[in-house]
Parts: sequence; C-alpha cells; structure tokens
Amino acid sequence: MPDHEGNGHSIIAKYLRQDRLPHIWCPACGIGPALNCFLRAIDKSGLDPDKISVISGIGCSGRVAGYVKLDSFHTTHGRAIPFATGLKLANPELKAVVFSGDGDLAAIGGNHLIHAARRNVDMTVICINNFNYGMTGGQVGPTAPYDVRTSTTPYGNFESPFNLPLLLYASGATYIARWTVLHLHQLENTMTEALLKPGFSFVEVISPCPAVYGRMNKEPEGLDSLKSYEKRSIIKNGADPKDVGITQNGPIIVGKFIDVDRPTLHTNLAVVAERAKKQVKNS
Amino acid sequence: MKLWRTPFDHNHSAEPLAYVFIDRERCKGCGFCAEYCPCDVLKMGSELSSKGYQLAVVKDGDKCLACGFCELICPEFAVKLTINNKVHSEIKS
Ligand SMILES: Cc1ncc(C[n+]2csc(CCOP(=O)(O)OP(=O)(O)O)c2C)c(N)n1
Ligand code: SF4
Ligand SMILES: [Mg+2]
Repeated sequence: MPDHEGNGHSIIAKYLRQDRLPHIWCPACGIGPALNCFLRAIDKSGLDPDKISVISGIGCSGRVAGYVKLDSFHTTHGRAIPFATGLKLANPELKAVVFSGDGDLAAIGGNHLIHAARRNVDMTVICINNFNYGMTGGQVGPTAPYDVRTSTTPYGNFESPFNLPLLLYASGATYIARWTVLHLHQLENTMTEALLKPGFSFVEVISPCPAVYGRMNKEPEGLDSLKSYEKRSIIKNGADPKDVGITQNGPIIVGKFIDVDRPTLHTNLAVVAERAKKQVKNS
Repeated sequence: MKLWRTPFDHNHSAEPLAYVFIDRERCKGCGFCAEYCPCDVLKMGSELSSKGYQLAVVKDGDKCLACGFCELICPEFAVKLTINNKVHSEIKS
C-alpha cells in the first residue's frame, strides 16, 4: 500500500482525539461529517493550531470541543459565545471558534448570539441545526419548522421557527452561509473561508438527528434525511436571507448568503481606547 | 472512453487510483458511504460487526476515482482512503 501522506486521514489524525473514539453520537448522526469538514477546514485555513480555541455549549453538538486536539472549552448551556468573547478580548491573537447546536445557540444562548453578531466580535460560529434538542430527548427547539413532530409537540409544532441566516443578518453578522451534511465539499470550503474572515462569521449546518427528530418525522434512518436534503436543497449563493426560511417539506436553500466587511469590535475598541488614553493624558 | 479492445496487459497493470479501507470496529452501518459513492465502489454487506451493525464493504475497488466523499461523510471516521501516489504521478506525467 502507498503511504498516507496528503490524505484526509493524516489530517484527521492531526486534529481529532482518536483516543476518544468511538464518540457518543448515535449511528448516522450528522455531527460526525460536520466535524470531519471542520478538521479539514482548520488544516486548509493554514491557521496556527496552537492559536485556535474551540468552544462549545451543551448538547450533542456541544460535545465537539471534547474531540479536537486543540485548546477547547466545554462551557455551560448557551454560554459558548460569551466565553469566546471574553477569550478573544483577553487574547486577541487567538482564533475563537464556537461549535454548538441550534438549541444551545439560538434558544438559551439566543441573546448572546445576536449581540456578538451586532458587536461584530471576531469569531466563527458553527451551528449544527437538527431542529430539536437532540441530547435531552428531542424537545421542540427554536428552529423546528411549523407542524413538525417532536417529543414535546407530538401533534405538530404550533410555533414558528427562527430563520437563522435572517436573524444573523439583521444582527450584523458579516459572513453567513448554510449547507447540509450532504454538501460536504462546499461545507469544507465555507468553513475555511469563515475561519479566515475577520469579524463575526456564521455557518449553519443542516444535520440529521435520526435517533429522536428523525424518528418522529418519518425519517427514522439518517439516510432518509439525507435523501430528503438531496431532493429539497437548492444552491443559491447570494440569496436574500429573508428568502431562506425552512419549512417542514419545502425547499432548503443553501449557499453563501452574506460576505461583507465591517469594522470588528477589536478595531473599534482600539480606536476608542487610543482616544481615551490621549484625553486622560491631556486632562 | 470506450476501448475498442482491452490492452493485453490490462489485468495485471491496472492499479486503482486509491484504496478504500473500512474500519470494521468503527462502522455502524449507516449506509451513507454506500449510498453516496458516485462510482458504486462501496455497498452494504450482509455481515454484522462485533457490535451487531451491518457492515459496509468494498465491492469494486478498481472503480474508485479517489474523490474522498466516503471518507468525509462517514459519521464514525471509519473510512480511510489511501491515494495511490504511483498511479497519480503516472497520470500527471
Ligand atoms: C441550564 C441548562 N438548561 C437545560 C439543560 C438541558 N439541556 C441539555 S442539552 C439541551 C439542548 C441541546 O440542544 P442543541 O443545542 O440543539 O444540541 P443537540 O443535542 O440537538 O445537538 C438542553 C436543553 C442544561 N444542560 N442546562
Ligand atoms: S440524539 Fe440526535 S443529535 Fe444527538 S447524537 Fe443522537 S442523532 Fe445525533
Ligand atoms: Mg439541536
């Protein structure tokens, strides 16, 4: 057999804590492929791994922090973003990456999400959107489409979901993209771009949760969900975020939606800090 | 391209572009690799793993185009693709 040089698995061996395998995720869960892309994106970005910090909240998606061979922190539920903000303020040299779930980021952590985007904190947020709280038994979450079945909405969800790209756009995020775990090459490239983008970047990953969400919604196998994504996905780079909301059986618009430049919290803070220093000196 | 005759040395000189290896201890039988391999290299076998999962198997390794999608989509990090550098450098030259 030829050598492994340059192959995907040498990248995985470099960044994945293989001593922790098998991981806790259910068979056919989408978090694994998303993590795989993330590890490759780190390598592709050329960033110094010693300067990357991965921060997760609580949930199945939140377990990612424990599987990377990088500095990482597993915070309390919903608090990955404020932790990352603090980290970044204390040590601006670090690249802060938040990897967590829809419930963690958009429900209990929803305020942190919008305010970090508003401030344009220099960080990348990767959100595994499986439309429910997978870890705790599949309760309805803030991204669950209208009328889907979950363990707390067994007769259909009567709430309306967040359209995450629109929420993040309105809040001021400078990079917003969405892919499903079937668009893996695109996801890898997008994650690389997001890692290198100054300011607040947000990558939504539509991901199967066969064990609880799928089972309640006629997608008991992970493959059922992938086939549904295959049928429903439409690639529309530059799509208007207001047009990308997800419904129970409607199209899933994927692509890079937003890529703009705006001064980050750090640049603005540096300007004001300089001004403050001068004024204090003159007084 | 369709060859109008098979080269005489075809059978012993043709090497695949890559070797696909499936870790039988890690595979949990989700079927993602078999379903989405664009060249039908992989399929779901009938054998069960030590944990009782239906294993994916390499059906036709010669057809592999080394795209690496199986490796990316495997939720268990169980598929390893080893690019055949020899064939690749031959193609390049
Ligand atoms: C303060 C607090 N409230 C509630 C919980 C219970 N809890 C654990 S994970 C979770 C939801 C996670 O959902 P999501 O972020 O979507 O992750 P998933 O498991 O779907 O990947 C909840 C409510 C908790 N751990 N801490
Ligand atoms: S409960 Fe759902 S999200 Fe959690 S590991 Fe299982 S399939 Fe994945
Ligand atoms: Mg979730």
